Formats: sequence, structure tokens, C-alpha cells
Amino acid sequence: MTHKSLLTVDALTRKRNTAEKRFKAYGLGAIIVAMIALALLLTSVVSTGSSAFKQTYATITVPLPAAKLDKSGTRDLAVMKKVTTIGYASLLRDGMVATVEELGIATDLNAKTIGKMLSKEASATVRNAVLADPDIVGTDMEFKLLMNGRIDGYFKGRVTMESAALDGNTSPEELQLAQALADVGVVDTTFNWAFLTAPDASDQRPEAAGLGVAILGSLYMMIVVLVLALPIGVAASIYLEEFAPKNRWTDIIEVNISNLAAVPSIVYGILGLAIFINFMEFNQSSPLVGGLCLTLMTLPTIIISTRAALKSVPPSIRDAALGVGASKIQAVFHHVLPLAASGILTGTIIGLAQALGETAPLLLIGMVAFVREYPAAYTPDAGLFGEAATALPVQVFNWTQRADPSFVERASGAIITLLIFLLIMNAIAIFLRRKFERRW
Amino acid sequence: MSISLSLLIALSLMIIGFYAAPAKVRASVGSDQRQLAALLRQYGLNTALSVLIPTIAVVIGGALAGGGGLFGWLIVIVAGVAFMTAMLRVSPQQRARTEAEAWIKLILIGASVIAILTTVGIVLSMLFETRNFFAQYSWSDFFFSAEWSPNFRGDSALGIIPLLWGTLYISFIALLFAVPIGLFAAIYLSEYAGRRMRCVAKPAIEILAGIPTIVYGLFALITVGPVLRDYFASPMGFGDSASSVMTAGLVMGIMLIPFVSSLSDDIINAVPQAMRDGSLGLGATKSETIRQVVIPAALPGIVGAVLLAASRAIGETMIVVLGAGAAARLSLNPFEAMTTVTVKIVSQLTGDTDFASPETLVAFALCLTLFVITLGLNVFALFIVRKYREQYE
Repeated sequence: MTHKSLLTVDALTRKRNTAEKRFKAYGLGAIIVAMIALALLLTSVVSTGSSAFKQTYATITVPLPAAKLDKSGTRDLAVMKKVTTIGYASLLRDGMVATVEELGIATDLNAKTIGKMLSKEASATVRNAVLADPDIVGTDMEFKLLMNGRIDGYFKGRVTMESAALDGNTSPEELQLAQALADVGVVDTTFNWAFLTAPDASDQRPEAAGLGVAILGSLYMMIVVLVLALPIGVAASIYLEEFAPKNRWTDIIEVNISNLAAVPSIVYGILGLAIFINFMEFNQSSPLVGGLCLTLMTLPTIIISTRAALKSVPPSIRDAALGVGASKIQAVFHHVLPLAASGILTGTIIGLAQALGETAPLLLIGMVAFVREYPAAYTPDAGLFGEAATALPVQVFNWTQRADPSFVERASGAIITLLIFLLIMNAIAIFLRRKFERRW
Repeated sequence: MSISLSLLIALSLMIIGFYAAPAKVRASVGSDQRQLAALLRQYGLNTALSVLIPTIAVVIGGALAGGGGLFGWLIVIVAGVAFMTAMLRVSPQQRARTEAEAWIKLILIGASVIAILTTVGIVLSMLFETRNFFAQYSWSDFFFSAEWSPNFRGDSALGIIPLLWGTLYISFIALLFAVPIGLFAAIYLSEYAGRRMRCVAKPAIEILAGIPTIVYGLFALITVGPVLRDYFASPMGFGDSASSVMTAGLVMGIMLIPFVSSLSDDIINAVPQAMRDGSLGLGATKSETIRQVVIPAALPGIVGAVLLAASRAIGETMIVVLGAGAAARLSLNPFEAMTTVTVKIVSQLTGDTDFASPETLVAFALCLTLFVITLGLNVFALFIVRKYREQYE
């Protein structure tokens, strides 16, 4: 038997080394796949959604003849309200046609089609302006008005000449006219503040749909969650971590909490529906009920992280406090709790972020309803946070169920808004942890 | 009397007590505060808590009992009586701190009981409506019928089998995707990756865990579904539906990656270094050590992690609502639209619902089934993970 040098690699070693390399490559591959998935997810949402933050407007002069808008001549609001948005639509059409003629743009389109290039929302805008300030009747006013969804889509690259030719709602000629108007600056695409502040709009006018009500609803729910979940969660954790005797009852509570953390979120929706709405008769789709459901859902998360924070405070702190004569409660509230505060806050913010993105339970308590009115925080009728509202993630779901493809852009835009909020919350949590975390 | 007014009265009694009790006790001892059994503010705290806690108890009890016209008066009476007794008891000999701390402890206990109450509430709310459902619809049809076609005119077929099939199929595909990737990612991060790599890759994977499920749902709807349909399903003749088991399964798989990887990471890190050193010392390569020593040692924990992921997949709602479709179907083709238990819970309970018809009530029975399945998986998984941790501690 010949012995080879240790330095020459034999077949078995070579095989084992390739197996080693292969195994390592699998691991690296797995991480790369996960990263690619993350990148794809984010780029897909951002690329479809970023255009929701821009909107195409036309700045045109609209005649507001008193003969049409205020026949009585008394500027009496009750009478003026009788002129509906359909009445205003013809004024807008005239304004639009006049603008086109004034600029000397040649077009084969008839007046009706030109009028339709504006959004259906535009006439409501003008009507509200007139009702807010009746004195402008009789003058010519300049308005910045929404263009319709197809024209808006053209300036964002969603609608092309080819797709317009096949589309019953628009035509290449309209797009050419819009382009001509854009060239002289009448039509312009600017940042869309209305997307963040306006309420939802109906199926026919995606260009007017905004997140105002949803953001407000989400904010109310976060307030409810913060006010309820933080104190209850902290109190429960203090009891379980510092006072609870080790017996069957506390064991049951502990197992219970870790199970509650893993219960599917939709179950909390059923709970909210059965207990808060059917049994206690709170208002459907109100931020109060939504907030209560989310509170119950986030409590386990907050309790688990608070307990970890309390556990990380060394026992010597408690012993020192007890040694100089503090009671157990004093030791906890004066010494342990302040030292655990940053950990508790971090856990709470993460729990809030989880609650902010949760959709399923809110669907069951009726938050999918179409809400156009900004909900008030308190009304004598509906009580605290009792008025119907929607929430950011539910609004996304809602928009995905609409027929018009422009709502896909809106839904993705809403997701971007949601992700930005989550990013801010998580950044705060990381900042708090970095800044106040203590290593003992 | 309106409830907000009576709550306001109770609140003001609390505040009055907080300031009046120290004033009263100070007046009785004059300037010599050493005669007091507790610090002055403890008297105030005790009085305030003596009003607060009975009031909260009445409010919670009243809310559960459904209110009523005299509810406001009841709150005021209870708060008033509590205030009077607490004020009468204020004296220099009273051990105010001990009493206040007993109240505080009561609050702490009450808060931790809420966790139990939540579970009881969940179970009761579902049991109650499920019983109503089974009074109208035979339980054997529900559990064993293979047809799901709700019909709001009556004579619906409400068999859970096709829904369960969709749920399990989608979860299976999700786990098929997430478990190898998550596990390999965890192995690489804990055994191979350098410090810099870990600092970048670990948070990036955890970002996936922080993204709300509605985002994954939208991703399935606008990107994954159409891509799968245009490049796989249609050319290969598997069907032309964008929402399919595959779409939902893949996207759910992405969602589960961080879940599997962070749990496995903890578990792999808990395997004692001595075991690795022993294997490496005998001449095994790193991958041999991992495959033959670390993984077998960590196996129970990894199984627990996979079960937790499975329970997450089964209960997931938004991804399947947007990605899987609404047709209840028993089929093997992964490119076909199928539906799940959670999708049907949502669709039966949104819109106009009538809580007397079996078509609505079935949602509660579905939810109870879902709850029992996930609870079973969770309890089992947590038991395994706990047992495993003890092994090496």
C-alpha cells in the first residue's frame, strides 16, 4: 500500500470539499432568494404606487353666470343648492372649450367630449367653491381642476395611444388635445396632496380618491390601542414578572398569553363582531371597536416584550431598593420600571406597528364600508370614536376590489403611505433602543 | 343621568379625595407629621384608588350587562359610597401605604386576568353562534360534505372539506418554499456568515416579517399572479387564472421565511458549542458537522418552528383573500383558483349579514374549526420548543 503525501488531495477529500462548498452555496442562495423577494416586493409596490402621489390638473377659467347659478339673485344658499353638479358640469364644459379655442388648438372633438376630459369631481369642486363664497357668482373664476382618470393615466404612462384606441372611455384625439394643453401649461401634473387628505371617492372617479378618512381612522384606532394596551399590558407584565406566585393559575395565564400571540388575527375580528358589536352594541365600523379588537390582538405582543424588558433589569436593583426599606411596589415602580422603560416603549411601538398594518379583523367589524365623511373624535350621538371610519390597510383592500384599473395605482400608493408610517415607527423604536438600552 | 356625566362625577370625587385626604389627616395631627402611619400623599393615593377601582368594576360589569337606564346613577352611587367610606377611614393610624398597595396589586391582577378573559371571550363568542349554526344545519354535512355553495335563498351546501383542502394545499406550498429557504438562511447566518454579512442580512430578512400581510396580498394580486399566469400556467396549459394556489402559496412562503429563519436561528444557536467542537475535532468538515450533529440536535426545535409557521399559514387571511380566489374546489392543479377557510369567513361576514341564517353563522363554525386547529398546532409546537430548550439549559 502506497502512502500519498498529505499535500496531495485524494478523491474522497475532494468530494467532501465540494460538498462543503455546495452546502455553503445553498445557504448563501437561500439568503439571496429572500433578499430578491424583498426587493421584488418593494419595487413592485413602489413602481405601481409612486404615481399616485402625482395628479394631473387643468387650470381653466370658468364662467359663473348669475342667471344660471342664482336665478333669484338673492344669493340665498338654500336656492343655490338646488343647482346640482350636473348644472355646473355644463359651465365647466364651456370653460374648457373656451380655453381650447382661445389657445387656438385645432381639434375635431365636440364640446361634450372636451367637457368630459375633466373629472366628474371637478364640477363638485366648483360647486363647493360657489356655495362657500356666493359672491363669486357673476364673475369668471380661475380654477385648478382634476382631469379624468384616463388623461391622468396618460401623463403617468399608464395609458398609451394604443390602449386609448381600444378604450371606450377615452380616445387618442383626447390624449392629443391633453398633450397640446400640457405643452402650453394649461394642463399640469403636480404633487397630489389631495391623495393624503381627501376622502374616498366612488368607483367612477378614481382620480379623486384619497386617504384622508383612512388615515384619520387609523390614527383614532392607534390612540385607542395606545391608551388601552400600554397600561394594561404593562400592569399585566408587572404582575406576572414581579408578583405572581408560581402556581397553576399563573402557569395557565402564561401559556394562555403565548397562545394568544399565535391566534390568527381573523379570530379577533370574530371576537369583536360577537362581543363588541352584537352583544355590547357599539357602532359598526367605528374606530372604537376596531381599536378594541386591535388592543386585544396586540396585548400579548406588548406583554411578552415588557416581561423581557423587566427581566433584563438585574435583581440587585430590586434588592438594593428593598434593603433600604422600600416596599415591593415601591421597588418596582420607582426603580425597576423606569429602568425597563425604553424596552417597554420599543415593544409597544412594535406592537402598534403590527396593529396599524392589520386588516383581517377590521373587515369583519364592518370597516369596509364606503365612508366619505371625516369621522369626528367625539359626538354626543356616537360617543367617543364612535363614527364610522375606515383604516389604511382596509382602504387598500377596498380599492383592490374596484373595477377601474386606476385604483390599483391608488392601492399601491396607499401601501407606500402605510409603509412610510411603519418605517417611521420602527425607526423610532430602533432609535429608542440604541439610545437608552443599558447593558448590565 | 348620562354615563359621561356620571364618569365625570366619579373622576372629580377621585381628584377631591386625592387632595382632601392628606388635608384632613394633616389637620388632625397639626405640625407633627411623625404621628402619621404613612406619608401624606399615600393617604391621597389610597382614597383616589378606593374610588377608582370600584367605579371601574361597576363600569366593566355594566358594559357586560348591556347598560340600562339606571347605570349612570349606579356609577355615581358606588363612587359616592366608596368616597365617603374612604374619607371616613382616613386617620393618622390608618396604614395608608399598605392599603394603597393592595389596591395597586388588585389592578395588576385585573390586568393579567384580561388575557384569560380574552380567551374565554373568543371561545364563548364562537361557541354560542356555532351552536346556533348547528341547530339549523347538520354537523355531519358541515364536516364531511365535499360541496360548498352558499345560497342566500336557502338550501345551501356548506361542507368544509373543499375549504380545508384549499387551506392545507396553500399552506403546504408555502411551507415547501419557506422551510428550506428559511432553514438554510438560518444555518448560513449562524454558522458561516461573517459579522458584516450578519449585520446586513439579518435585519433585511426581518424587514419581511414587519411588512403587513395586506402588502403581500397586493403583491400577489398585481405582480405574482399575472406573472405566474402569463409565464407558467397559460403556456403550459394549466389554466388561465391569476389567482391560484401557487400565487398565494408562493407569496405566503415569502412571508414565512423570516418566521422560520429567526426561530431556527435561535434554536441552532442554542446547540452547545462543545458539540460542534467535538465533531470538528474528529475531522468532520463544517457542513458535515451541521448536517450530522447540529441539525439532529436542533431537530425537535426546528420541527416546533415549522409547526408554528404552519399554524401561521393556516390562519393567514389577506394573502389568500387577494391571491387565492373565491371558488371552492377540490383539485390537484396548483394553478387553479381555490379558496380557504379564512377567505370564506371574510366573505360570509362582510356586506349585508343576517345573524339568523346559516349562511352567516357558518362563519363562526369555520372560525371555531380554524381556532381549534391552530391552537392544537401552537400548543404542540410550544410544548416541543420548550422541552427542547430545557434539554440544553
